[in-house]
Amino acid sequence: MDGSLPATATSQIIAGHRATRIRRRQAVVAALLLAVAALLALSLMLGQSFTPPLDVVHVLLGHDVPGASFTVGDLRLPRAVLSILAGLSFGIAGSAFQVMLRNPLASPDIIGISSGASAAAVFAIVVLSLDGPLVSVFAVISGLAIALLVYGLSFRNGVSGTRLILVGIGVSAMLESLIAYILARAPAWTLQEAMRWLTGSVNGASLDQAIPLLLGLVLFGGILLSRAGNLEAMRLGDDMAAALGVRVARERALLVVAAVAVISIATAVTGPIAFVAFLAGPIAARIPGISGSILLPAALTGAVLVLLGDYVGQFLLPARYPVGVVTGALGAPYLIYLIIRANRGGAMS
Amino acid sequence: MNVSAPSSNVPLPRQGRSNRGRALWLSSLVALAGVLMLLSLAIGTRSVPFAEILSALGGRVDTIGEAAVATRIPRTVLAALAGAALGLSGAIMQGITRNPLADPGILGVNMGAALAVVVGVAWFGMASSHAYIWTAVCGAGVTAIFVYAVGSLGRGRATPLKLALSGAATSVAFSSLVIAIVLPRNDIAGGIRSWQIGGVGGATFDRIGHVLPFLLAGFALSLLSARKLNSLALGDELAAGLGERVMLARATAALGAVLLCGATTAVCGPIGFVGLVVPHLCRLVAGVDHRWLLPFSALAGASLLLASDVVGRIAARPSELDVGIVTALVGAPFFIWIVRRQRVREL
Repeated sequence: MDGSLPATATSQIIAGHRATRIRRRQAVVAALLLAVAALLALSLMLGQSFTPPLDVVHVLLGHDVPGASFTVGDLRLPRAVLSILAGLSFGIAGSAFQVMLRNPLASPDIIGISSGASAAAVFAIVVLSLDGPLVSVFAVISGLAIALLVYGLSFRNGVSGTRLILVGIGVSAMLESLIAYILARAPAWTLQEAMRWLTGSVNGASLDQAIPLLLGLVLFGGILLSRAGNLEAMRLGDDMAAALGVRVARERALLVVAAVAVISIATAVTGPIAFVAFLAGPIAARIPGISGSILLPAALTGAVLVLLGDYVGQFLLPARYPVGVVTGALGAPYLIYLIIRANRGGAMS
Repeated sequence: MNVSAPSSNVPLPRQGRSNRGRALWLSSLVALAGVLMLLSLAIGTRSVPFAEILSALGGRVDTIGEAAVATRIPRTVLAALAGAALGLSGAIMQGITRNPLADPGILGVNMGAALAVVVGVAWFGMASSHAYIWTAVCGAGVTAIFVYAVGSLGRGRATPLKLALSGAATSVAFSSLVIAIVLPRNDIAGGIRSWQIGGVGGATFDRIGHVLPFLLAGFALSLLSARKLNSLALGDELAAGLGERVMLARATAALGAVLLCGATTAVCGPIGFVGLVVPHLCRLVAGVDHRWLLPFSALAGASLLLASDVVGRIAARPSELDVGIVTALVGAPFFIWIVRRQRVREL
């Protein structure tokens, strides 16, 4: 080597590296997809009783299989589908927030947006007696309002990450007691329902509930994915992003609206499944070989987390727990680890 | 708005609060707590005329009104005791950690006490009230140490953000565990609700009697450490220079705070934000001298919890709202206000 390569060779090397990166990224996404599919298959086959794969396929194709049609078609399938959709929503929106605010702690379930959507959903159902899509609409509007409120309250000569997170913790505490208040006043207060709105659960899932989730994910999740490039640019800092041709203010508004919409729609159905939005991004970022935008891998990781958490909560523990209890118990130690690690590194703003 | 008196527009530095002024404030707080106790006896689902309240206080339970008031007496006593304990324990925690956001609820200490009790009941067949309280105090102590350790590990001291976050994380983890333990066991006293949200509704003199020695010990330890807290407020080096044994001073004060919030949680369940709000408000009138601040915080805490309990009974008529919900609704905006007002140190 004489130290200076011809321009063509340099570009070839760069292109080669880029191709490797893209291949690795595709491999990661494929592996995650495979994991989701495997968990889906597992949760369709295994439950209180074992259903052979062939029967599952028959049920999915719409045949009537005695003994399996009800368990697989009416119980397990809606539950698994809802878990996947909710996990995708929480994962993608959570990581969008974390990337946008450049802080792993700034996920919607810590800064109060999830509790806002949850409080709105409870309010809509218990007090206004709404149901179906109206609840989702109400949750989205409230989620946006809470996002605006948290941002406004933490604004003081600009928004500092620290203040945003602390204000978010305060807002969530208030919203959670609001949820408890509404539930306490509800005429028929059942533990199942209460658990859903406090920690998140996919109990009693039906396929109709999945429709708003799917629509929200396709529309707003699509917006997020289509903006992934700009989000990556904004990661470098606002000035850098502007220099790269991103209209920062407009992009940020769009991203916030889309992310809040995704997470609010999901929360209106399953409740705020604890810490999935917070965990999915950082876990996905630690998968070896990952590069580029984190959004899609994080979404898939979210789906894996919810499917796995629900399965563990249902069958692997001595009693049946809603998925939020499992992910909550799992996520909190990670948060503590993050705090300790940040202390060591000395950077957490 | 007079140009000739420009100095009146400049806020004067509040120096040297007179002891007479403080004593006046303190006695008005005593009066406030007294009035609130009366209100707490008078207001409820059933409204009772004043004459009947008086005769019920005399120990008569002949009419329905008198009987209703008779059940409100232990509740009122418990609310006053618990509020005083939480206010005091918050003031001490803020003093020891020198952190404006310290509060037994925010730091997860109350949830730790709740978890310890639930574990004891579910797995070790614990049944006696004394065991309850011991376990709760131990749980509170362990959690306090844990949260403080997590918050202060690594570089720098425990900043408000780190402490608040490790407290919040610990709270969520423990409340998940509490749910996980209680959910399959319908037999555990009170079920999930009473271990998630604190309340004073089920008070009896029997239960108060069990917890009273612990509270008294806590009150004594806390009030005695007031002078030491003043030294600690100067910073560890300076306090040591003044001849204070820093670690010992901190440990005794912390023990008092943990006794208070642990014992309170054992009877009432986790009640948040009282310990946060009260010391801040008290500092406005009592200043930073802990010898005044601590009694102020105890009285103001009692008043706040009594008032919250009364509001909870009015707001959700004909049923009632647990006092833990009310304190969170009142306290969380206050928390945000402190975060906004104070220049929270960046990490």
